[in-house]
Amino acid sequence: MKSFIKYLRRTLQSDAQADRVVPPSGFTAQLTLFAAGAMAFLAVFSLALSLAAGRLAERWGDELARSATIRIAAPADQQQAQTEAALRILETTRGVAQSRALTDEEQSALLAPWFGSGLALDALPVPRLIEVIETSERMDAAGLRLRLAAEVPGAVLDDHSRWRAPLVKAASRLRMLGWASIILIGAVTAAMVTLAANAALAANAQLIAVLRLVGATDDYIAHAFIRRFTLRALIGAAVGMVVGMVAVLVMPRGGDETASFLTGLGFQGSHWLLPLLIPPLAAAVAFVATRVAARRTLEGLS
Amino acid sequence: MIELENVAYSYSGGELLSDISLKLAPGSFHFLTGPSGSGKTTLMKLCYGALLPTAGHVRLFDTDVRALTRDDVALLRRRVGVVHQDCQFLDHLSVTENIALPLNVSGRNAEAAGEDLDDLMHWVGLTERANALPAELSGGERQRAALARAVIMSPDVVLADEPTGNVDWEMSQRLLRLLIELNRMGKTVLIATHDLSLIRATKAHVQARVLRIANRRIQLAGADL
Ligand SMILES: Nc1ncnc2c1ncn2[C@@H]1O[C@H](COP(=O)(O)OP(=O)(O)O)[C@@H](O)[C@H]1O
Ligand SMILES: [Mg+2]
Repeated sequence: MKSFIKYLRRTLQSDAQADRVVPPSGFTAQLTLFAAGAMAFLAVFSLALSLAAGRLAERWGDELARSATIRIAAPADQQQAQTEAALRILETTRGVAQSRALTDEEQSALLAPWFGSGLALDALPVPRLIEVIETSERMDAAGLRLRLAAEVPGAVLDDHSRWRAPLVKAASRLRMLGWASIILIGAVTAAMVTLAANAALAANAQLIAVLRLVGATDDYIAHAFIRRFTLRALIGAAVGMVVGMVAVLVMPRGGDETASFLTGLGFQGSHWLLPLLIPPLAAAVAFVATRVAARRTLEGLS
Repeated sequence: MIELENVAYSYSGGELLSDISLKLAPGSFHFLTGPSGSGKTTLMKLCYGALLPTAGHVRLFDTDVRALTRDDVALLRRRVGVVHQDCQFLDHLSVTENIALPLNVSGRNAEAAGEDLDDLMHWVGLTERANALPAELSGGERQRAALARAVIMSPDVVLADEPTGNVDWEMSQRLLRLLIELNRMGKTVLIATHDLSLIRATKAHVQARVLRIANRRIQLAGADL
């Protein structure tokens, strides 16, 4: 690895004399720059998508693991008894880590947005809420419902997070697709650079013959091409990355939670540093692709 | 130095060269002659490892060419200066840059060799044309530039393929004098030419052996020239 870095550095060190040996080829150069730029731009979005989907999957997954709610809606004189009955059932239910009835204060806090603070709960037929925290092995919601129906007529198990399971699955899938896109983008970049490098090598067969005549090794000839394409990919990808990051930066923020996926498409905290890896990675891909193409061509031309 | 032993060579067609044995001793001066198409260029290419013999052995500095890797051949080119039949420059580089190309390619700094380069440019009379592009040179200037490029690494051997093609008599004499001078400096010289008058003109100045390709074989030419 260390020697590879040393090798990379030697390759990229600008060598004005050696750089002049291969004539600048306008068309393939622009093509490589453009392709690297476009691919970096797409990579920024794929990365943002993956990270956002990942965050979503995690958050939703957390909530899923955590909570279910039981609502006890019973006549005022039975509410306390039914609440206790439900708690007893929960104590013996597998997959329940904790359960507790919310206090009056907590409930009025929950209702405050609708009714204002200072609400006297006892004046209203507000159901009692029991917060249920599951263990990782999950409780059997259907079984619990049956037991509650039998013993606590006023209880409704609000398994509210269950509906999110497919969403969590979808978010995880989306994250995977994002990463797959990034890998594909890398592969396409490699393919484009290979095509461009092959075109450049073919166009310069005569030049390669002259270099050989004056004693150039394959390494020297290959490096003249590798340096070009690596630098082009680096510069193109840097531009594409900056444009992509600006585009992500100016995405509208905020909105309610259901739309959070769209408005949350972006980077958070240290994740802003991740796109910075795109240009060096593009350069590395170009480096390897050109090297392989050059080796093959030079072997063929012997 | 360069040694061919029972060498044969054929392109896709029939055999072009057969049973060629030849030894270029250090400091020797050889002409290689024969009609156009007789295989002079091919034989030169065998001598600098650009072609591998289809039979027999070619030894360059005591190593069989078949045992050489491409990198070895590249390194060897720095010890064997070649003036290619059609010069072969990089058209986008100036004359000076083309002449300095072997330095560049071998990782030496052309600027560090600045003075030698100037001397060399002066020696071949191209100081004035230093910044011209190859396309702007006359035939004689191209040949002199090619010769300068061939000797910039101070090779032990100089192989010149038709170095006086496309130039007038006076210029061919000038080029020949340069090659004779190189030989006096101790370099082994092999010149391929179909021009017998050139060979005759040399006789007074240098002890040259003349090899002639005829009927696919090589023979030492006598006084009949
Ligand atoms: N790369 C090649 N492929 C096939 N035939 C070739 C090739 N190079 C040269 N020849 C043939 O070999 C013969 C000798 O060529 P060459 O060595 O250039 O002769 P000379 O230099 O004496 O004129 C010619 O008939 C030429 O057509
Ligand atoms: Mg010839």
